[in-house]
Amino acid sequence: MSEDSRSAIRRDAAGIAAYAAAFGASFGAVSVASGLSVAQTMVLSLVMFSGASQFAVVGVIGGGGTGLAAVPAALLLGVRNMFYGVPMTRILGRRDLTGPRRLVAAHLVIDETTAMAVGRDEPAEQRYAFWITGALLFVLWNAGTLAGAVGGSAIGDPATLGLDAMVPASFLALMWPRLRERQARWVAAGGALVATALIPLAPAGIPVLAAAPVAVVAGLFPGRATKGDT
Amino acid sequence: MIWVAVITAAVGCYLLKLAGVSLPPAVLERPDVRRVAAFLPVAMLAGLIAVELFDDGGRLGVDVWMLAGMAAAVVALILRQSFLVVIVVAAATTAILRAVS
Repeated sequence: MSEDSRSAIRRDAAGIAAYAAAFGASFGAVSVASGLSVAQTMVLSLVMFSGASQFAVVGVIGGGGTGLAAVPAALLLGVRNMFYGVPMTRILGRRDLTGPRRLVAAHLVIDETTAMAVGRDEPAEQRYAFWITGALLFVLWNAGTLAGAVGGSAIGDPATLGLDAMVPASFLALMWPRLRERQARWVAAGGALVATALIPLAPAGIPVLAAAPVAVVAGLFPGRATKGDT
Repeated sequence: MIWVAVITAAVGCYLLKLAGVSLPPAVLERPDVRRVAAFLPVAMLAGLIAVELFDDGGRLGVDVWMLAGMAAAVVALILRQSFLVVIVVAAATTAILRAVS
């Protein structure tokens, strides 16, 4: 792996971590405003470490739901991290997935680290991207959460700064290299279509999960998926 | 009760991640599993983008300023800008349009 690609990966990871800090701060503020303590808020960021699931928990509790109603919502949104484990196991290989290292690697398997890793071509770059993004994101997400939970209302609405637009834009930027392949473009379009169609029909978390079978079909029937298209 | 929920949900989410990276190598070496694995993040991230853009609290809806930010990001990507530039362009476009509207 060249020093050029190393520093390019570090720059991208720093960009992700910077928005994670800002988002973590808004999560911390929202969580405390929803009635969770600073300690409960920090347990979510440290142990759950999955933004969508965390927002689901504080959303349910803040909306007046009992604490336990928040559990299935969080788990539903967390299932996609399990699916990301499949490509990540291939990328990380046995060296990163033995003993205690596997416990740490598993914790860092989230949207951003998966996208950063699969967006690279070289196996060494993929592993480097995963670990550097995971480490930076974990530190800054938690630092941001603490600042937001303690500082509370001093943090403005992230929408004013357009921070909410950064999330989809970053996922698009991360998978952009993969979209050079015709079949990957079809898979992306199919996933987006299925998820969109299910938004009004299924509870939160399900639409994104429902995009997974599109990948399964495309992977199992590679000929059929591109038929009449080449 | 909040503590029980926080800890159950947090540990559950971690165990899901752990299950995902605990698949045996024999399964992962299969060519069909490799192809599916390569497509999974693409399909789910595309689904995630769609939900970010079109989910208006469980209904279909769209924040046109966010959509404009995404369009600006696509232009930046076509112009081969770096990741940081792309996300800053998306945020700035959305923020400016919201401020003037």
